[in-house]
Amino acid sequence: MTRINLTVDGQQVADDVEPRMLLVQYLRERLGKTGTVIGCDTSNCGACTVHLDGTSVKSCNVLAVQADGSEITTIEGLAQNGRLHPVQEAFRECHGLQCGFCTPGMIMQSIDLLNNNPHPSEEAIRLGLEGNLCRCTGYHNIVKAVQHAAEATSSQHAEGVGA
Amino acid sequence: MTATQDPGVATPTAEIGRDRRRKEDQRLITGRTRWTDNLTLPGMLHLAMVRSPFPHARIASIDTSAAKQSTNVVAVYTGADLAESQGACINAWPVVTDQVTPDHLPMPADRVAFAGETVAVVVARSAAEARDAAELVEVEYDELPAALDLKEAAAADSDNGVLAHPDLGTNVSAVWTFDSAEAGTGSDVEEAIAQAREDGIVIEREYRQQRLIPAFMEPRSVVVDPTGEQITMWSATQIPHILRFALAATTGVPESKIRVIAPDVGGGFGGKLQQTPEEMIAFAVARMLGKPVKFTETRSESLMTAHHGRDQWQRLTLAATKDGTVTGLKVDLLADLGAYVAIVGGGVPVLGAFMFNAIYKFPAYRFTTRNILTNKTWTDAYRGAGRPEATYAVERLMDELAAELGVDPLEVREKNWIKHDEFPFTTVAGMEYDSGNYEAATARAKEMIGYDELRAEQRERRERGDRVQLGIGVSTFTEMCGLAPSRILGQLNYGAGGWEHAEVRMLATGKVEVVTGASAHGQGHETAFSQIVADRLGVPFEDVEVLHGDTQVSHKGLDTYGSRSLVVGGEALVRAVDKVIEKARPIAAHLLEASIDDLEFAQGSFTVRGTDQGLPITEIATAVFASHNLPDGVESSLDSEATYDPVNFNFPHGTHLCAVEVDTETGQIKMRKYACCDDIGNIINPLIVAGQVHGGLVQGIAQALWEEAVYDENGTLVTGSFVDYLLPTAADTISFDIDHTTSPSTTNTLGTKGVGEAGTIASTPAVVNAVVDAIRHLGVNDIQMPCTPERVWRAIHSRSDGGGETAGAAAPHFDPSTGMSGTVDRAEGGAQ
Repeated sequence: MTRINLTVDGQQVADDVEPRMLLVQYLRERLGKTGTVIGCDTSNCGACTVHLDGTSVKSCNVLAVQADGSEITTIEGLAQNGRLHPVQEAFRECHGLQCGFCTPGMIMQSIDLLNNNPHPSEEAIRLGLEGNLCRCTGYHNIVKAVQHAAEATSSQHAEGVGA
Repeated sequence: MTATQDPGVATPTAEIGRDRRRKEDQRLITGRTRWTDNLTLPGMLHLAMVRSPFPHARIASIDTSAAKQSTNVVAVYTGADLAESQGACINAWPVVTDQVTPDHLPMPADRVAFAGETVAVVVARSAAEARDAAELVEVEYDELPAALDLKEAAAADSDNGVLAHPDLGTNVSAVWTFDSAEAGTGSDVEEAIAQAREDGIVIEREYRQQRLIPAFMEPRSVVVDPTGEQITMWSATQIPHILRFALAATTGVPESKIRVIAPDVGGGFGGKLQQTPEEMIAFAVARMLGKPVKFTETRSESLMTAHHGRDQWQRLTLAATKDGTVTGLKVDLLADLGAYVAIVGGGVPVLGAFMFNAIYKFPAYRFTTRNILTNKTWTDAYRGAGRPEATYAVERLMDELAAELGVDPLEVREKNWIKHDEFPFTTVAGMEYDSGNYEAATARAKEMIGYDELRAEQRERRERGDRVQLGIGVSTFTEMCGLAPSRILGQLNYGAGGWEHAEVRMLATGKVEVVTGASAHGQGHETAFSQIVADRLGVPFEDVEVLHGDTQVSHKGLDTYGSRSLVVGGEALVRAVDKVIEKARPIAAHLLEASIDDLEFAQGSFTVRGTDQGLPITEIATAVFASHNLPDGVESSLDSEATYDPVNFNFPHGTHLCAVEVDTETGQIKMRKYACCDDIGNIINPLIVAGQVHGGLVQGIAQALWEEAVYDENGTLVTGSFVDYLLPTAADTISFDIDHTTSPSTTNTLGTKGVGEAGTIASTPAVVNAVVDAIRHLGVNDIQMPCTPERVWRAIHSRSDGGGETAGAAAPHFDPSTGMSGTVDRAEGGAQ
């Protein structure tokens, strides 16, 4: 067992974990953060995507011990004071989800994409989401959701500057 | 003739037709979800399966001693241990009365029939410990020859070849035939073909429907809690009600002692329309130990053992006159059932029987499927289930006929399709098509994609011998939705009915609970059904709560598949709402002190004709709750239920057009544009419909271009992970241009048709037709799916190399001695 200390969705946590425990297992089984899900065993599907120190990672591809000292944000930590994150809002607005299983990972990856490129082209969005599989939407409305979030965020910024 | 509405006239009422954002989304986008694998119960134990690596073997011995001694392992069971308790996996649709159906035990004790079949289960305190211990179970197998190739399996018998189940003496599970001459729905197809051989056109082709994997994103998971009066099973299933029936029917546990809950379910596409061995094993283990247990599959287990789809060889003969009028269609299928006849596995090809004739007026038709057992994963419904196979075949054939005639593919279709003023139309397969307008949908789709401009560009590229050639693919599909009229299911020897149930509960506070027997797994029932109730009952959308997926809440239902939820379940709901209104009417008359005949109900209120007196139905619900002042003899409840059994299917249709660029030097395919105009009757929620179409399109496109479940010669699934089984990504796909015409269905009150499967059914032939269209002038008339760059390249280059008479081209005639065409796959170069 190895002792880890980290911050998850703003909450400091400390645990003894097996060195082989994956970050996604730690989140789900120890912290009850079941919003983050497991869709495959080859790190192809991206359903388990979270942010580690502000960057998206597939949490099935990170050991819990590697997250020691880090700050993790999951889908459950995005909404602040009952207000959805603009990307969450955009997924609902654009019907960017159906069964919703890929959605936590898809939203976390979309946020990372927009952090790196606030005004992505459709091609950049498609390439940026290549590591996240969705079987329901055909990606059409996911792409629209990311575009919508980009527009909403930039117009919010514009309003902020104007005020 | 049925009406097709002018889009400008179809004014949405308050809720129906509105782009409501989904009620489901709040929990899904915030991670507050209820997937089965999220559940943890006190003292819950975890299961790991020990699976056969061989496709066909006798189990010589199983040594569980090391596993049992492993840390935190509670028990290890083999098939012998579960013999009395495990029940059986049922086949609900023996398509013929003499169907050959191998016994399917969840965990066999003596012989395995496909790679991945479970031979032992380890129960431990954690999933990791269970999996570790599963590695320690020592199983000795005596390998048996395996029936792997579909055609070889079909030809085998006890004396020659390999049998998937030697004791059965055959691999042929069933032979099912429909003949229009025998059924009285048309003339004799052999005569039509003979006539066409003399003075018309005969197109003979053999097409392959490759094996596919539904690949829902949420792996299957099951939790069983035996610690109450009832045994409760949570499962990632499409069919909680059918599953409960199957559990009871095969284990002897009374149905009333079983509760099945399908909580949030992460996709299905038919893949979770199954009573699985894993569910049965979990049920048995929980009962034996008296403890809650959980089993969640890995993705590799899912791809290997959850049922697969499609997998057919299709031999097709189309007869036509010299002017392109179709005169007959003969279909001979080989359908690979895999190792067992799944819950509706044998029925999937039969569902296709009614759709090969599609929108065309074939006067003669004969369909035969031979359902074949092999030592591979069982097959069953996958999005479209029988109809994609049929649509693919006929839409490919219509392109071949057009090529033979030297006319545009749309021209030959229009020549043969059912005209708008001919609906309702009884087809040669005996179906009555309710409504449609193929002319309008086609005109709109052509306009959307810029059809004439694309044809001009295609000509131009061909003339200058461009390395990149343009192809335009056409698919003017129809399908049958709304499974299903129980009487027809009975005629087809299906074991159950096709009705659906709904309940409306009027709460004292004016809120409304709606219970549906349809069980959603991504389709948005909670939103769409709220819209229907809000309109019909005149209550706010927000005040309607839709409950489903729990047999204790929804005591009656037949679940979700076959594009049935709205057209069957929605109709049941409409009828339940109408009963509520009728129950409220005498109470309203009493409270308003008016004659019942003077009452009108609109927008949620009863009003007395000619006065300004009125009473909202929600207030009547409150009055009924108190029951202080009800008329004599009236029940103290407005709650109502309805069970609806459809009288007919409904038949959505559409015209799908696809433009692809094919690099003739590399075989690379680039989709440039995809436009479709679907007619699904009246639309409840356009946003949800668009989502269904988009997702359906990509699954169908994926069959055309990328996906295939491949077994090696040892019977091992070599596409057993998401590294190898090619689900398309965002980077592989494009955005779509979709639109609708509206020919309301005449078979349900709302005028709706199914949409869940339409995109998948339509798109596969549109894409392959486009690819073939791009390189037809190079001598290619078929490419086996998926159309990989290698296959495309081989199709082009084997032709120009001069190898073979028609390499890259499907065989013109069948060899009557073998019944096989033999040359169809030459584009394959032997690879599969």
